[in-house]
Amino acid sequence: MKKFNLKKIITTGIVLGISTLFLTACGSSSKSGSAASNSNNSSSVAAIKKRGTIKVAVFGDLKPYGWVNKDGKRVGYDITLARRIAKDLGVKIKFVQVNADSRVDALSSNKVDLVLANFTVTSERKQVVDFAKAYMKVSVGVVSPKNALITNAEQLKNKTVIVSKGTTAETYFTENQKSVSLLKFDSKTQQFNALKNKRGVALADDNTYLYAWAKAHPTYQVGIKQLGDSSSIAPAVKKGNKSLLNWTNKEISKLDKQGFFEKAYNNDLKPYFSSDVKASDVIIEK
Amino acid sequence: MDHLGTSVLFAGNNFSRLLGGLWTTIWIALLALLIGLILGTFLGMMRTFKNRPVRLILRLYLEFFRIVPTVVLLFLAYYILPRQLNINLPAEQVAVLTFALWVAAEFSDIVRGALISVPKHQRESGLAIGLTHWQLFRYVLLPQALTLELPATINLATRVVKTTSLLMLISVMDVINIGQQIIEANGQSHPNGIFWVYGLIFFFYFIVDYPLSLLAKKLNAANQH
Repeated sequence: MKKFNLKKIITTGIVLGISTLFLTACGSSSKSGSAASNSNNSSSVAAIKKRGTIKVAVFGDLKPYGWVNKDGKRVGYDITLARRIAKDLGVKIKFVQVNADSRVDALSSNKVDLVLANFTVTSERKQVVDFAKAYMKVSVGVVSPKNALITNAEQLKNKTVIVSKGTTAETYFTENQKSVSLLKFDSKTQQFNALKNKRGVALADDNTYLYAWAKAHPTYQVGIKQLGDSSSIAPAVKKGNKSLLNWTNKEISKLDKQGFFEKAYNNDLKPYFSSDVKASDVIIEK
Repeated sequence: MDHLGTSVLFAGNNFSRLLGGLWTTIWIALLALLIGLILGTFLGMMRTFKNRPVRLILRLYLEFFRIVPTVVLLFLAYYILPRQLNINLPAEQVAVLTFALWVAAEFSDIVRGALISVPKHQRESGLAIGLTHWQLFRYVLLPQALTLELPATINLATRVVKTTSLLMLISVMDVINIGQQIIEANGQSHPNGIFWVYGLIFFFYFIVDYPLSLLAKKLNAANQH
């Protein structure tokens, strides 16, 4: 019996030892990884051209920004920009579909050169990736029934507003408008059903998301298009990848001058948004 | 008809895309099983050896793959190891590798269990007629262990097929990932499309896994005789 216990203790010790080693290895790797990217940058403009393909992280399930149509083709506002960037670099494009959580990891582990997956610029994210110039903006919007339209934040005082947990909309109201009582839901479907069942006077979420919803539900309208500051959506590259960052910045300025984003808005976004939305509500003006 | 969710399944080439996704799921699972079962057999044999360090290392290997959730394994292999070792494999290869190592770990325990439950006199008789260690495994122990390990192996195979649904996390376009693309592309116009898409995916997994479970049942019954 004694011998058995001893063996167990040794085994546990070794397991702990190995896992500690492993964890420290992972911890130090992130530091060496970012340092290495300067000297040996596999995603620099020259490296991409040499390879002949640019790997771009995109969404596959965010209509109308990055999604797949019924013919199996990737389409959307982000995708149009990605294809244009590849064309101007003179290389082929390879899409890597990511979800929201893996956008940073895809960059830092060199799975992709560029992220064009509706990536909102935040100060936390700025510490781990480098953002290029923004190509789109988003802010908190409020949708309500057309026959009781809310057009002003003042109208929401002491009323119930529907939000989804963990969204910017929720944060905005809890921080800035404490007089509004919030009704919180876990999913988009639940929150929209609650609005249809009149469990609140209005619903707040990202305006770009609400425009598309209002299009499909014509008795509702986004009465407040912007509450608080708007955030930018920008391409992201691996931290320290100056080469591709500078190139992308120049590219965005150039495309902006050519009116590319307005065209992309008209083709990819306008058909899915309610008619009262203008290009200037979504794209960044010079 | 257009308001029905079923139209989502057959619009454009949605259906063939889903089938393509299913194929990705199947070949990754099959290849992983093939490599894993071969590797697992050897590891299982080694685990019946008297050599302590070998047994300990293999035991640690097994516990690592058994304890760490598959999601974490995939994440480690796809995002963290490349950063560390500077190897950048495509997602499908990472998937096959991770699953194969996982299968090998689980299968080594099944093989070990089966080998030690082969009656002791079989082993001793084998040694008595002068078989080498390898011959003993090849002609006496493994064939008898095979029938003992089959039900558990098939159980493992069905688990592998189901667990491929995690592959969407590492950007593999498996059947679930494509299903989600279709659901989101039609979410506004066909809110009940989700029911049909997942319904079809359920059916896909069922037709892959059910024959396996029938087989397990049959083999089990055959063993009883």
